[in-house]
Amino acid sequence: MASETTAAHGAAGAEHAAEGSSLVFHPMDQFIVKPLFGGDTIAWYTPTNVTLWLFFAVLAIIGLLVLSTSKRAIVPTRMQSIAELAYGFIYKMLEDICGKEGVKYFPYVMTLFMFIVTANFLGLIPTSFTTTSHFAVTIPLALAVFLTVTVLGFVKNGAGFLSLFWVSSAPLALRPILAIIELISYFVRPVSHSIRLAGNVMAGHAVIKVFAGFAAVAVISPVSVLAITAMYGLEVLVAFIQAYVFTILTCVYLKDALHPHH
Amino acid sequence: MATEPISEEVVGSCVDSHGSAIGMPQLCFDWFPNQIFWLVITLVVIFLVLSRVALPRIAAILAERQGTITNDLAAAEDLKAKAVEAEEAYNKALADARAEAQRIAAEARAEIQADLDDAIAKADAEIAAKAAESEKAIAEIRAGALESIQVVAKDVAAELVTALGGKADADAIAGAVEAQLKG
Repeated sequence: MASETTAAHGAAGAEHAAEGSSLVFHPMDQFIVKPLFGGDTIAWYTPTNVTLWLFFAVLAIIGLLVLSTSKRAIVPTRMQSIAELAYGFIYKMLEDICGKEGVKYFPYVMTLFMFIVTANFLGLIPTSFTTTSHFAVTIPLALAVFLTVTVLGFVKNGAGFLSLFWVSSAPLALRPILAIIELISYFVRPVSHSIRLAGNVMAGHAVIKVFAGFAAVAVISPVSVLAITAMYGLEVLVAFIQAYVFTILTCVYLKDALHPHH
Repeated sequence: MATEPISEEVVGSCVDSHGSAIGMPQLCFDWFPNQIFWLVITLVVIFLVLSRVALPRIAAILAERQGTITNDLAAAEDLKAKAVEAEEAYNKALADARAEAQRIAAEARAEIQADLDDAIAKADAEIAAKAAESEKAIAEIRAGALESIQVVAKDVAAELVTALGGKADADAIAGAVEAQLKG
């Protein structure tokens, strides 16, 4: 495994070679999927740490949006305010971008946003498992958006949806070339959509783990702890911003399906 | 790096003998079915919870709050109008009371003035009557006095004539005295 390994991987390998040395880097170990109740095989139905943290995400969402609003107070409590803010935030975003027709897709967009934002924040709990750092989670999310938007575009507009690729404001000679570029960019959407989210979350968590590895050396450890603190603050921002970006892009793609004309 | 975990030596195993990740665990396709299965279940549960319970409830709360605020504003508007009305009524009552007070004062003043005028007129009349009476009395006294003077003058003249050795003619003396008195 030595020759084709990456830098982080190589560090891990070197560490294994010299077990007991002070510098230990396993930045990617936090992303390993493990069965919850022992055993080695991970079948599609096996309850794993992924299952556990997805379950926590569901609990957090129920607590935030359902339990906090159970009193239906006219003057809201703090938690109810947060639920109302989240509702208003996504509702307004969808309405601003897609218009009135977009509002009926609000539950879908809200589901996406609430899932990503809670999973991101749960991932910031030390020793937790970050589900949104896995392509296996973000690719289905992005593909679901991509397929929904494509199907919806053809159902709503028929062949008129193809006018999305035909830039009528450009000179006629340029339009075929632009159509090819538009077509490529359209099919790249799910890739960038999913990798942006998983990549950001994964990179931040891995960097924190690398800094944590340096903390084992007494001389560097204060710097390391400071760096972890700063990085953690940045990750709190990233956790929200990436959920926001994912949701707003979903809204933009949805707008293309509802109004494909440039 | 991207294709590394599916190179022949790590297929089927993404974790080495020490329990550390080989390459990126994100690219371990052995785990994909598991993650996707639980993700789909999670998303369906979240969607059902949101669309059936959470979102309608929050929408209802927001609508109710909007309604309450609108009602409260309307009620405040009503109360304000009522307050303005009450102030107007108060001002009107105050103005009425003031006008009434002025009317009563003017009436009282007029009555007093009338009484006063009456009393003054009566007093003037009395004074005039008294003055006339007094003048009459004075005139009488003056007339009485003139007569007395004539009598006394005639007597004195007669005595003087007698004393001077003349013979007092009563008629001549009386005529002389009268002529003298007329001056």
